[in-house]
Amino acid sequence: MKTWDLLELASRNIRESRLRNALTALGIAVGVASLVSMLSLGIGLQRLASNGIQRSGLLDTLTVLPAGNIGGRGFTGTGRAPIVAPSAEPKPLDEAARLAIAKLADVREVYPNLFLPAEFRLEDGTPHRSAASAIPFSSKDSEAFSSLQGRFFSSGNAAEAMLQKNFAAELVSAGATTSAADLAKRLVGRKLGVTYAERTTLAGGGYSVAFREKTVGIVGIVDREGGEGRGGARGGFGMGVFLPLEYAEGLHVMQGSDLRDGGIGIARGPVYDSLVVRLKSPAKAASAEAAIRKMGFNTFSVVDVTSSLRQVFAVIDLFLGAFGSLALAVASIGIVNTLVMAILERRREIGIMKAIGASDTDVRMIFLAEAAVLGISGGVLGVLLGWSIGRVINFGAGVFMQRQGVPPQDFWFVPWWLVLGALAFSLVASLLSGAYPAARAARLDPVEALRYE
Amino acid sequence: MVYSDVATPSALPDACAIQTTDLHRHYEIGGNTVRAVDGVSIAIGGGEFCALLGPSGSGKSTLLGVLAGMDRPTSGSVTVHGTDLASLPRERLAGYRLLTAGMIFQAFNLIPSMTLLENVELPMRFADVERKQRNQLAREALERVGLADRASHRPRELSGGQQQRGAIARAIINHPKILFADEPTGNLDSRTGAEIMELIRNLNQQKGMTVLVVTHERDLATRYAGRMLGMADGVLVEDRTI
Repeated sequence: MKTWDLLELASRNIRESRLRNALTALGIAVGVASLVSMLSLGIGLQRLASNGIQRSGLLDTLTVLPAGNIGGRGFTGTGRAPIVAPSAEPKPLDEAARLAIAKLADVREVYPNLFLPAEFRLEDGTPHRSAASAIPFSSKDSEAFSSLQGRFFSSGNAAEAMLQKNFAAELVSAGATTSAADLAKRLVGRKLGVTYAERTTLAGGGYSVAFREKTVGIVGIVDREGGEGRGGARGGFGMGVFLPLEYAEGLHVMQGSDLRDGGIGIARGPVYDSLVVRLKSPAKAASAEAAIRKMGFNTFSVVDVTSSLRQVFAVIDLFLGAFGSLALAVASIGIVNTLVMAILERRREIGIMKAIGASDTDVRMIFLAEAAVLGISGGVLGVLLGWSIGRVINFGAGVFMQRQGVPPQDFWFVPWWLVLGALAFSLVASLLSGAYPAARAARLDPVEALRYE
Repeated sequence: MVYSDVATPSALPDACAIQTTDLHRHYEIGGNTVRAVDGVSIAIGGGEFCALLGPSGSGKSTLLGVLAGMDRPTSGSVTVHGTDLASLPRERLAGYRLLTAGMIFQAFNLIPSMTLLENVELPMRFADVERKQRNQLAREALERVGLADRASHRPRELSGGQQQRGAIARAIINHPKILFADEPTGNLDSRTGAEIMELIRNLNQQKGMTVLVVTHERDLATRYAGRMLGMADGVLVEDRTI
């Protein structure tokens, strides 16, 4: 029989006992809905967690340090021969090194981890001592600034600053509980004086230090406690002020390394405490790390954290999926029951069809098509149901989180592959459930079936 | 299964349409063997109109079931147009019922959830006939049995005679060579029964279809059939040409 004829006959038969088939389809729908909602919860949570990590920049970020910085300087304290014989001095982390790392294939950008101790004051206010952190313009979409009040820097070179909420409160002598929005109203658009020590390389070697004062415009307030993330990697929290990276670099603020590595600094110009390397993809971390180590620097990253995180989520998904499938298994038994009942009821009809020439295959296909129609309609209904459950929970959780003062997040996520997978799964489950009743119907002999009243 | 527009039987002058040799059909019921058909040998020529007579339980319906390909013999052979039905695989036996044999019943056996047109169309669905052609052929068949205006009615909305005429339209829709009828007038009053027999005779005479009618109404048989076969206790007791 032709596929279209089969489906037509199947839907006609299903319509004949509407209530029973509707209930069966509903059973499948509930099964599929539980599968979809369980799995989408697992997927949503995983996405939330890995997005958080991704946007925090931990995954695709390496920190590069001069070789001597970790594990001492390569000398033991006892005055004996060095354990690691350095060729000469450890390789300096200077502009040349920065450019060399930037040229590596998997590297998106390299920027120094600048720490700028300075005094800050509003127009005529008293100076407050703090430190500024240099933020690359690419951090604009970072998780760290998702709760920003005001706006991000207009460019990497703008004479603009964002203030950490607590430091902002300190500047205007407001209470620590003042909201970021309030502080933004009071501070955004005002001028901030920055007094710092400038390092000037001298023509004859060495450098001089002089105090300078610049004025920057306040553009935003960052509502976030300090100390989160890896200070300096992408956020620089724990510091009161954020400046655009290129602008901060142009200030030539004297760095700690200028004193520590005095000899090198004097001879070759500025060196960096550490560099932050952003990779094109987290997957490239291992190879990039190896390449940078080969150049003679130390690296530091947290890639391993995610692989164990992924394992945890795989287990969670497995359990959620198993519970969801259980409901679908129960629904499948419903299909078997409905179709076996249908055979009993339609025994005579099967006999007639066989008597006028239907083959075993024709009868089997009619029953399988009925199972498929039940499975697909139940599957579609189930996906809609599961999706709606997700929406409702997202909404409810959002309201709850807002009340708790946490920014609301969608932790329910239904990807396309889950929708298609659930439909395919319900179709396969219903065909498997239909296989036995269909085979039974196909085996009926016409004479025997017609004798049945 | 490929639908083939089988040539009208008159074009195929088979000397012998149906032949059985020492045909047996036994049942086991509660440990007892019921010999419903117990050694029947007959030969029916192409285009014959035969009536199979006998009291209840004589085995006439069982014999018809075997000849129509709905049942298989316990032993002996049954050959229809050169094909041995006893050894035919299930799928091919279904093909025989679909294209070579047409079947009508005492209880009409139209599918109640389908309209008359859909009922008549059904064998063509199994024969993979295109929908458009199917619809047209089914309407033509209904017209031939005088039910053109009842196409969209369900069986329960029709009289017994109308239902049986619909069943005949369905039985001949795939142009079978042989028409088997099991007590076709059993549920009808005598006038309607005569109309049905008239219709069957037309098919026999105009289309050259071989016809085998099981009945217990001797009068009706004498009036329409060209040959009378009588059965009792599973064996043939009468065979005469009128």
